[in-house]
Amino acid sequence: MAERYPGYDVLAKRHTPSWNEQTRRVIDARLALPREPRFLSEDEFRTLVAIAARVVPQPADRPPIPVAALVDHKLEKNHGDGYRHAALPPLREAWRRGLGAIDQEAREAHKQPFHRLDAPTQDAVLKAAQEGRLAGAAWQGMPSALFFSHRLLRDIVLAYYSHPTSWNEIGFGGPASPRGYVRMGFNRRDPWEAAEAREDDEAAARQENKRVR
Amino acid sequence: MSDDPLLVPRARHGRAPDVFRPGGWVPMQQYREDEEVDFAIVGTGAGGGTLACRLAEAGFSVVAVASKKKWRPLEDFASDETEQTKLYWTDERIVDGANPLQLGSNNSGKSVGGSTVHFAMVSLRFRPEWFKARSKLGYGADWPIDWQEMWHYYDEVEQALKISGPVRYPWGPKRPRYPYRPHEVNAAGLVLAKGAEAMGIEWAPTPLATVSAPRDLSPPCVYRGFCTSGCSTNAKQSVLITWLPRALAAGAEIRDLAMVGRVAVNDAGRAIGVEYHREGRWRFQRARNVVVAGYAIETPRLLLNSATPRYPDGLANSSGLVGKNLMVQANQAVWGVMDDEIRSYKGPPSLAITEHWNYEDRGKDFFGGYAYMSQGPLPTLWANTEASGRGLWGQALMTEMEKYNHQVGLKIVGEMIPQERNRVTLADEKDQYGLPISRVTYSWCDNDRRLIAHSLRFMGQALEAAGARDIWRQEDDTCHMNGTARMGDDPRRSVVNADCRSWDIRNLWICDGSVFPTVGGVNPSLTIQAIACRTADRIRTLAARGEL
Repeated sequence: MAERYPGYDVLAKRHTPSWNEQTRRVIDARLALPREPRFLSEDEFRTLVAIAARVVPQPADRPPIPVAALVDHKLEKNHGDGYRHAALPPLREAWRRGLGAIDQEAREAHKQPFHRLDAPTQDAVLKAAQEGRLAGAAWQGMPSALFFSHRLLRDIVLAYYSHPTSWNEIGFGGPASPRGYVRMGFNRRDPWEAAEAREDDEAAARQENKRVR
Repeated sequence: MSDDPLLVPRARHGRAPDVFRPGGWVPMQQYREDEEVDFAIVGTGAGGGTLACRLAEAGFSVVAVASKKKWRPLEDFASDETEQTKLYWTDERIVDGANPLQLGSNNSGKSVGGSTVHFAMVSLRFRPEWFKARSKLGYGADWPIDWQEMWHYYDEVEQALKISGPVRYPWGPKRPRYPYRPHEVNAAGLVLAKGAEAMGIEWAPTPLATVSAPRDLSPPCVYRGFCTSGCSTNAKQSVLITWLPRALAAGAEIRDLAMVGRVAVNDAGRAIGVEYHREGRWRFQRARNVVVAGYAIETPRLLLNSATPRYPDGLANSSGLVGKNLMVQANQAVWGVMDDEIRSYKGPPSLAITEHWNYEDRGKDFFGGYAYMSQGPLPTLWANTEASGRGLWGQALMTEMEKYNHQVGLKIVGEMIPQERNRVTLADEKDQYGLPISRVTYSWCDNDRRLIAHSLRFMGQALEAAGARDIWRQEDDTCHMNGTARMGDDPRRSVVNADCRSWDIRNLWICDGSVFPTVGGVNPSLTIQAIACRTADRIRTLAARGEL
């Protein structure tokens, strides 16, 4: 699929007045995150990598966002949401149990670990979890639909859209302090915002996006 | 990392962080723990922070104890949603009931300054009749306060925060001109305007607590749009940068990173101080009066956790109402896609509002009202809305997310009806201090459902009339929480009186959104601050009469 914001790179603004020092520090640390798990086991992490690839599929022609590593980082830091549904265990326990249960469901139904299944079969397993149709012993009573919506989907989506590469895809301006924005009305773009490609003229947007600073 | 505000208290050794200067300090009065201060205040948000300021300025000795961190926005706040979740209350709470709440980012702060550090700055007055909802409108409960008195305190708070608002406000009785001019309305707000005009109702630029022109050390808002992740320029007039600097200058002490576990009472039934955890151990601050201002979950939790043999059901609870009548505000939305570029991430998230359905009762099949506002979700919030609201994932999610810059939304702040079954209780599970955590139980009633249905229907028509397509409904979201320690005229049916004073323990006060008998259809922060100003004046009057 053609890019909507061709050539736009929010990181090109790193040294402009849209980024301050504390923001550079925070984003640099996120980009430098290790790709190996520090909380999950190798098996759990492999399952998570495979799940993330289906929940937030990524194009092959750019460096991937390390979604699973970002989720593992959240688990290592034990960053909860500030609340949890009464039917769910705490953050870490929910993830451990949920990943194990999804893998177990795959093995029982398809004789393969989840990460070895083909994409349509993986999607079918995830769909069954979303719809609450999985209730094997490995879930230990945790409702699969709640795990899917409150933990799996939420944490994966939050991880993906915390990464600058995802901001490029959707044309988000990214960090904006102290400069902020000026043009507020319909179809008004500041020179440091992403230019959207028109169907008939992708090159013009690409040219504009080179100048986004 | 010796100055990491997440780990080490900053307000000590006779100084507190200067919120206006990187690395800066301001002098701070400090009280000994064995010194009986006039007021120990638990919490520094819209209730506690405002009250601390006004009591200190009235000459009382005040220690405000906050479980939270004291930030310097200019150096501590990144332009990043994920990093800034550090502002939210992330200690565990359990939610259940037929409609379990969504807590955390949208309604619970963990900063000195409370939720106002990450609120969307929407600063609205109650409709006058809401203060007598039971007798004038037939639902909920009456407030023991007259609206005209509240109008006076709204004036004070709007001036204290230099609210930026429209020259003419279309709804309600005459009010003074807003101190600062309105902000420019962004495209997302103009969509609300188009829809409102098509539906034949009025709209207005939203009155906001972020300055539209310079004010002392606050520059005008630069429309960076990260308001709910904390303002890194200090344009936002939060409690952290308004009431609290005044409080410090007037001699109040703010004790940060100090978690209060218990309000202590003696055998005579008087509060004697607070037990709190700071720098690795439990401590005790003596006080002549204790004010609980932890908001609608932490306030009842603390009162319940402070139970003694004399008060086995918790403090201030002879009515049995502590923790009950929790009211959230409905936060449903309609979302759609415009052909125009909207780029709603620019500017404060809610620059346009209509309060039409707060003031118009004809054509309603429900009690109460709602306002609705334009929206400007940043990427993680928006993605989570798409995922949780529509269950989208995979390519379907990625395709929707690509339309980000064309998205528009209208979202309500809707009144819910007080019900005793909606409540905060203590769970068996304990937190890191060994204190039982809260269980928050919530179920909508039929009236809540009718209000939500009305709003979704109306906003859907308005959004369509404004030119949006692919409209969908976000059916479940929660904002602001109130109730759980309601004020009233009758000790059997309320926890505190109009002065926020406990009926049972006369030197125990509750000053935050917990005291609301009803919530109305507007964001509560302005009303909480107005109540705090009124409480301070009442305390001064009572003290002068020897009635404290």
